[in-house]
Amino acid sequence: MKTATFKVWRGNSDGGDFQSYEVELDHGYVVLDAIHQIQAEQANDMAVRWNCKAGKCGSCSAEVNGQPRLMCMTRCDDLDLDKPVTVEPMRTFPVIKDLVTDVSWNYEVKASIAKFAPKPSDQDDGTWYMEQYDVERPQEFRKCIECFLCQDVCHVLRDHHMHDEFAGPRHFVYTANMEMNPIDVGDRVVSLRDELGLGYCNITKCCTKVCPEGIAITDNAIIPLKERVVDRSYDPIAALISMVKGG
Amino acid sequence: MPSKVTALPVKRTFGQTMRDDAWWVQPVIVFIGFSAFIVYSTWAAFQGVNYMSGNLLSPFYSPEIWGSSHHAMIQADGPPGWWPGFMPYSPAFLILWAPVSFRLTCYYYRGAYYKAFWADPINCSVGEPRNSYLGERHLPLIVQNLHRYTIPFAFLLLVFLTHDAWKALWFEVEGVGGEEFGVSIGTIVLTLNVIFLSSYTFGCHSIRHLAGGAIDVLSRRPVRKVAYDCITCLNKRHMMFAWMSLIWVGFTDVYVRMCAMGIWVDWRLF
Ligand code: SF4
Ligand code: SF4
Ligand code: FES
Ligand code: FES
Repeated sequence: MKTATFKVWRGNSDGGDFQSYEVELDHGYVVLDAIHQIQAEQANDMAVRWNCKAGKCGSCSAEVNGQPRLMCMTRCDDLDLDKPVTVEPMRTFPVIKDLVTDVSWNYEVKASIAKFAPKPSDQDDGTWYMEQYDVERPQEFRKCIECFLCQDVCHVLRDHHMHDEFAGPRHFVYTANMEMNPIDVGDRVVSLRDELGLGYCNITKCCTKVCPEGIAITDNAIIPLKERVVDRSYDPIAALISMVKGG
Repeated sequence: MPSKVTALPVKRTFGQTMRDDAWWVQPVIVFIGFSAFIVYSTWAAFQGVNYMSGNLLSPFYSPEIWGSSHHAMIQADGPPGWWPGFMPYSPAFLILWAPVSFRLTCYYYRGAYYKAFWADPINCSVGEPRNSYLGERHLPLIVQNLHRYTIPFAFLLLVFLTHDAWKALWFEVEGVGGEEFGVSIGTIVLTLNVIFLSSYTFGCHSIRHLAGGAIDVLSRRPVRKVAYDCITCLNKRHMMFAWMSLIWVGFTDVYVRMCAMGIWVDWRLF
């Protein structure tokens, strides 16, 4: 057992500050355990969102020592416990209370993106034939648990607050999942350029670094989508070829 | 797109962060690494001398389109007639725009120099110096979208550099005339340069897209599928090869230059 200091941000949309709590850490504690202990023993009114405690629901997103993390997947013994551990809410969304933020903007953005549009079935039983090789690309994106840590770290949202012009990495992963799906016939390339603001991404790879599901967001979703936008909008030769092909 | 989000936390100021690690180390290393390369390569390009030694030609000067060495395509003393008189001339000036434009618009380098040279952001979750932001959506950076147009030149350079490495395998037989096969340290340096540059070039995101990334049903295109898989394999290490090839191309120039100046001797292994 080791005692550690946790500095937890307490407040609401009007403001707040860090408050210190001493916690007796049990063996194998994750940050969420420590927060729960504080909540149980020292601050019953502390708001924290969580659900699975297994890194699968994406609810417990917060910033631990300044790094966007799932609290339930951040082991205390991986942290430097000689210094206070800071825990604060995500900075890209409005705070509701303490560690809980209002992430509903993400659901609005998602709803604005053209839905999955499968081509007519090519099998007698009404299903589709697909090679595993071709589904592997979109399958990577389906691992997303919507924790929104990538949205939190992306500087276009975090530091430039461009929520009205930029959909953020989570939604590029979502769009890539459909765009690269072998049976999807929808077209989201122009809206990626215009409404979703893909061009604002400047490839910092911060989103990739924080993704708890290990999705190569920048390399496998964003850059390939940028290339598809180039095909359509910026490359005269590609445009000519697709015109000749009647595409 | 949905409405504006209001009541967001106050933006952090430049360098402000709750990160407790040495977040500044990475941008500092990138800044120093790129700056050192830019300064050295500019100096080397302006020299116009000591860029070849025997069968070795510096990659900064390859192909030597118009120059005085026996590697030159058009052998001539002094610049071409159309070269503006007030400008200094070096054979490197005719070709360096090709690798420069390829690297400058490379996705890896873009992300890296936006951070290290423009602090946008200086590192992840660290406050930024400016409020305004145009990204690659507007001019000037929208031109980065033309990265793919620099690929043919990068390929062409690889052909020339492979030819240089081949030439580095043939040594003049003293007194007799003619050439004999051999390997020197210079041969190895030039060959590694081709290997690192190829690994970097063929891991390019745009090449990956053109080879197969643009197609959703790749399983029915066996040739493009193999190409896509190979490129993806290199692409996963694109950052590593970007650095290895950058450092090695600089070192190759240093090696040839030192040999040309007589400070080092190109030691022959056999
Ligand atoms: S790579 Fe693009 S989307 Fe991801 S964090 Fe950086 S700017 Fe945002
Ligand atoms: S892409 Fe990764 S970081 Fe972003 S919401 Fe999904 S799981 Fe979270
Ligand atoms: S509680 Fe479900 S991801 Fe942490
Ligand atoms: S993306 Fe790096 S060379 Fe093309």
